[in-house]
Amino acid sequence: MGKRDSVERGRERLRRVINLCRRVEQGEVDPFAVEVGSLLAIIRELFPNWKSLEDLCLDVEAVEGVSTVVKHQGEWVRGRSTKLYRDPFLIEEKLRSLSKEALAEIFLRSWHPVVELEQLTPHSLENALRYWGELKPLADRLLGLQAEARVVEAEPPQILTEDFERELLALWEELKERTKEGKIRYWDFILADSYEKTARRAYLTSFLITYGYARLEVRPFEEEMYLMAVEEPSPPAESARTISIPIALSFEDWRRLRNAQKA
Amino acid sequence: MPRKPKAVYLRKIRRAAHLLFFRRHRLPGASSSELKRTLGPDYRKALELLDKYLKDLDLQVYEVKEPAPEGEARSRFYIRLRGVLTPTEAKYCGWRIDDLAGLAVAILFITVRGGRAPRQDVEKVLEEKLPGWRVKAGLQRYIRAGYLSEDEQGNLYLDWRTWAEVDQKALMDLLLKYGE
Repeated sequence: MGKRDSVERGRERLRRVINLCRRVEQGEVDPFAVEVGSLLAIIRELFPNWKSLEDLCLDVEAVEGVSTVVKHQGEWVRGRSTKLYRDPFLIEEKLRSLSKEALAEIFLRSWHPVVELEQLTPHSLENALRYWGELKPLADRLLGLQAEARVVEAEPPQILTEDFERELLALWEELKERTKEGKIRYWDFILADSYEKTARRAYLTSFLITYGYARLEVRPFEEEMYLMAVEEPSPPAESARTISIPIALSFEDWRRLRNAQKA
Repeated sequence: MPRKPKAVYLRKIRRAAHLLFFRRHRLPGASSSELKRTLGPDYRKALELLDKYLKDLDLQVYEVKEPAPEGEARSRFYIRLRGVLTPTEAKYCGWRIDDLAGLAVAILFITVRGGRAPRQDVEKVLEEKLPGWRVKAGLQRYIRAGYLSEDEQGNLYLDWRTWAEVDQKALMDLLLKYGE
């Protein structure tokens, strides 16, 4: 019984060694915070106890873990001996203290863009030919559009141009102006004189909400949503729970809201 | 202009210029093995002569060494600007001050973190300078252009374009000396 206990304790110690080595590998522990010598001493001390294949495999895993720590120590030393190594704290502080203009100026002085010419290749021609072959005639495509009533193409969110940013800031200013005395109904705010413009305003408003420039208050029992402008925008904290609220906007919805507003 | 080289080298220089200027693969430029295969074992001499020709145009042939665990060390050669762009020129190329500053911060941050940094950390440091939506769009742009790459765990690395275009040591030195 006593011997079995000591074997179990030994396994537990080996598992702790393996776990520590894994944490070094994952970058959670500084490789030099680990005393390789003492880990090897533990492995050596426990080795005579191992008889089964499972225990020997655990032993091999521990030795392999220690070798990974040594490898990381080597990489650490190599990294610090290169010309590029500088104190991370110093660099990060400097990055924080400099203005955007200064950082751009520094970058321009060390940037040598690659020169290249793009041209058609047999592969791209082949792709183009395949696309052309599969493309329906224009008349068919227009027919499809009529049957489906209306299709509005939204700009992909990752393409943010200067115009987009300007539009976003203008909408934020408008929201601030219209919510000086409190809040505004979501639908009142996004509604415009055409369906396309309304969809665009809804799309832009979703950006304002996501990035903390506006707040959306949802009242499920009243089936109402209100918008409020945020004077000092702050992105949501990482720890904060965020939820997505899908808001459907069909052409019929828009027409109904528009008629209600006119009435 | 440099002295006219022998006809055989002139042919090789032209061929090297075609290989380096025209993009044929995912990456621009040409690898050392490709150049060796096309120009022969003395391809470096042809590149040296091409570099001399390009000097007057403020361009250069630039070599980026690629990690090769076994056998002969591999390189990739690019043609890049020898000097630097002015802020106005950079703007005409589609780079705003915000984009350039963001790229500088991302590259420096990843470099000092040993060549790898979690995306969240990079976003956090960029958000101190840029609006939130510009940070995400900027990082996407840097990744698409090949300045940064991202692995499945959400870590960012420096990618081929940074190695080819950015003098990282100069960038670091300029940052530390700025304002002194």
